[in-house]
Amino acid sequence: MPSLTLLGQSILSGVFIGALYGLLGLGLTLSWGLLRQINLAHFALVFLGAYLNYQLAAAGLDPLLTLAVTAPAFFVLGVALHWLLARYSVSPLNTLLVTFGFMVMIESLIQWVWTADFRRMETHYGNVRWKVGELYVPLPELLTLIIAVVLASAVWATLRYTDLGKAMRAASEDAPVAAAFGVNEKLLALLLSGACAAFAAVAGICLALSHTMAPAQIYAWIGVVFAAVMIGGLGNPLGPLVAGIFIGVSEALTMALIAPAWAPLVSFTLLIAFLLFRPQRVAA
Amino acid sequence: MQFSTSGGGFDIENVWPNLVLDALGSTPKPPKTIAIVTSKFPSLHFISLGAREVAKKRGLTEVLFLEYEFGNRDFGPIASRLKEAKADFIWFGAGGIDGVLLLDAMKKIDYQPPMHFYMFPAPGPMVKTPEARNALAFTTFEEHPPFTSNPRAVQFIEAYHVKGKAAGMPDVSVDLLASICYSMWQTLEVAANATKSIDDKTLAAWLRKNPVDSIMGRLRWDGPQNFIEGKDLYKVKQLQGGKWLVVWPTEFAAPGAKLIGN
Repeated sequence: MPSLTLLGQSILSGVFIGALYGLLGLGLTLSWGLLRQINLAHFALVFLGAYLNYQLAAAGLDPLLTLAVTAPAFFVLGVALHWLLARYSVSPLNTLLVTFGFMVMIESLIQWVWTADFRRMETHYGNVRWKVGELYVPLPELLTLIIAVVLASAVWATLRYTDLGKAMRAASEDAPVAAAFGVNEKLLALLLSGACAAFAAVAGICLALSHTMAPAQIYAWIGVVFAAVMIGGLGNPLGPLVAGIFIGVSEALTMALIAPAWAPLVSFTLLIAFLLFRPQRVAA
Repeated sequence: MQFSTSGGGFDIENVWPNLVLDALGSTPKPPKTIAIVTSKFPSLHFISLGAREVAKKRGLTEVLFLEYEFGNRDFGPIASRLKEAKADFIWFGAGGIDGVLLLDAMKKIDYQPPMHFYMFPAPGPMVKTPEARNALAFTTFEEHPPFTSNPRAVQFIEAYHVKGKAAGMPDVSVDLLASICYSMWQTLEVAANATKSIDDKTLAAWLRKNPVDSIMGRLRWDGPQNFIEGKDLYKVKQLQGGKWLVVWPTEFAAPGAKLIGN
């Protein structure tokens, strides 16, 4: 019988990794749900953000302060990406193909600049952890959880309560009608795409804080984050976070109670279950 | 016909675990219990399964056996299970960065294993990980005597450092993989020079009959497999003072280096 400490630590580990799934999924769910773009390049942007963070931190900048550089730069990248997709009227399905191409290009760029070797960011954050009862709480993972909750909640509140958010949702729902009410759909789409890319920069920092990086690892995150986004509901900023934590905890408990080799089955089993029993939730 | 320069013997799933446990058996306090965690990546997995059998035959008690899929992202629960298992020795059938990820996860729960082995770790990141101190791993070559008593090895090391740094590689030490690759070139070079030919069949016929002295040691292909059982070129290295040093077999140990046990 596993001890309570093992169970508790595993659940905590699942919550933390789930928060990262949610953070990675935030930009993806917004671009998919509100812009109708299945943006695979989002994963590559997260890694590009992580590598830039690594580079700037190596130059002496605090990892969290690097956001002042990376977030605006990524915002511009996101705007440019959307402009390009809109310019050529790329259909939702074709965005999958086009952004896959961008993902490969960004991966190649990362490999060219930083090589294919593993890179690990050394910061003072990595050595900080607290003991709460019998459980250990590491600072980088706690930061990821806090950032994920704050960011997802802020985006949710913005979409729900502000005029800007309402306009974005309206434009996504029915662009011509929204335009008739004075909503500048094109500008809002550019803003949203820029914001999604900026969220990738934030996720990149969290990734660099708690994980070792290699360019090819971009692909390791796609499946599980897609599952979190789909289970969480497209366009719902809180959805990937909640679903990500659900998946993360399920994976962790599978590893702790059954066998680590079974863990990768969890996310897709949950996704299939949701598609079977709550398809309207996924479609929403 | 294939002429592997990996330096591995015929039944490595038996020879290699014995090599590691022989090394640990030489310490004042050899391990009595073992935890085996392995990736399901084929080349790592079957050797780890061999380690289970070898450990059992040698009287070690297996307190934990875990398998994980290649590409695992979260080592937290595995680290927690290892901490609970309290093994004297952890055999980690891992390649690449997995060792560092597990060490990170163990650090986060304040656990430092007494003795720990990583099959084919990414050597550079392990060096930069303080928790990897005294970690064991396989190798065929390291940048210290007796390996560097070969002038060809010294020449290769120098060239590798220059080219590696120019290419922006974060770690430019010649070890297992680099020595295997260079031995491949040496094998082709020796065979081509001896036969004055680059014809596949001529080279193969020559290599079947003649050994090649590479920077890793003598390679030969005259047995039923690449090597005769028990004659492989693998050694055990340990991370001591921020450097990988061969510690076993002792005739290949770095000058002054001794295996640090529990």
